[in-house]
Amino acid sequence: MIQVFAFYLFATLMIAAGALTIFARNPVHSVLWLIVAFFNAAGLMVLVGAEFIAMLLVIVYVGAVAVLFLFVVMMLNIDFAELRAGFVSYLPFGVLIALGLLAEILLGLGVWKAGPLQLSQRAAPTPADVPNIKAIGQVLYTDYIFLFEAAGIILLVAMIGAIVLTHRARSGVRAQNIDKQNRRRPQDAVVNVNQPVGQGVEL
Amino acid sequence: MIGLQHYLVVSAILFVMGVLGIFINRKNIIIILMAIELILLSVNLNLVAFSAYLGDLVGQIFSMFVLTVAAGEAAIGLAILVIYFRSRGTIAVDDANRMKG
Repeated sequence: MIQVFAFYLFATLMIAAGALTIFARNPVHSVLWLIVAFFNAAGLMVLVGAEFIAMLLVIVYVGAVAVLFLFVVMMLNIDFAELRAGFVSYLPFGVLIALGLLAEILLGLGVWKAGPLQLSQRAAPTPADVPNIKAIGQVLYTDYIFLFEAAGIILLVAMIGAIVLTHRARSGVRAQNIDKQNRRRPQDAVVNVNQPVGQGVEL
Repeated sequence: MIGLQHYLVVSAILFVMGVLGIFINRKNIIIILMAIELILLSVNLNLVAFSAYLGDLVGQIFSMFVLTVAAGEAAIGLAILVIYFRSRGTIAVDDANRMKG
């Protein structure tokens, strides 16, 4: 009974937060509703026993992606009222597309319920008495190690790309020239002079 | 009792809401990126639900890869948004024609 209650609570809150994300007037509110949606999705995942993915969702999305969105929304000085022009005129078309997609998904769901699909072939059956995170580790670091490394490379490329895209080489600043510093030798830089008394130093 | 269908319906509704968000906020690319995140979240939910109900861990593994790609996509998308805003002073993307596409 408590499972049913928790499921409907999380599902209702997630869908409501998703709706408010796309309908909110202020993008900051949109980001906050997005965080609510992610939290409730994590709750739904905990309900089916996927604790690791749920925690990952909270850490990655709420901790990193949503904060990134908040940074960008607050950093850019944007007139959001102007961006909302045309909202009503786009609405019928958008609702039409959305209803079409929903009908397609429900059709697929109905077919899945009706017919026998060969879903009984397990690539990595869930072990019975192993915790979720341990079971994932046993599969991820053995069978899927190359995909795991590829995911790391994707993140590295995304990081380098974001840095390269947003980096500005500004003129008029005194930056450190490491190459020039390393090429400098003591015999070029230091001069010993026998300085006579009473005369100025020649530089 | 909560079955797989419940999860599929919930994630279908969330997916459709993400698509609707793309269509009704056509000018504001920040909301469009958030709608894409919603779509990927619903896909993740689908993968995890199937993984749990079919007793196959690969769904959760794949869901992690979707998560990775979503994080990279958000970072790159926001970086492009920042440089677009720097050069144009606005983020209205419905008249973006710099690449003459």
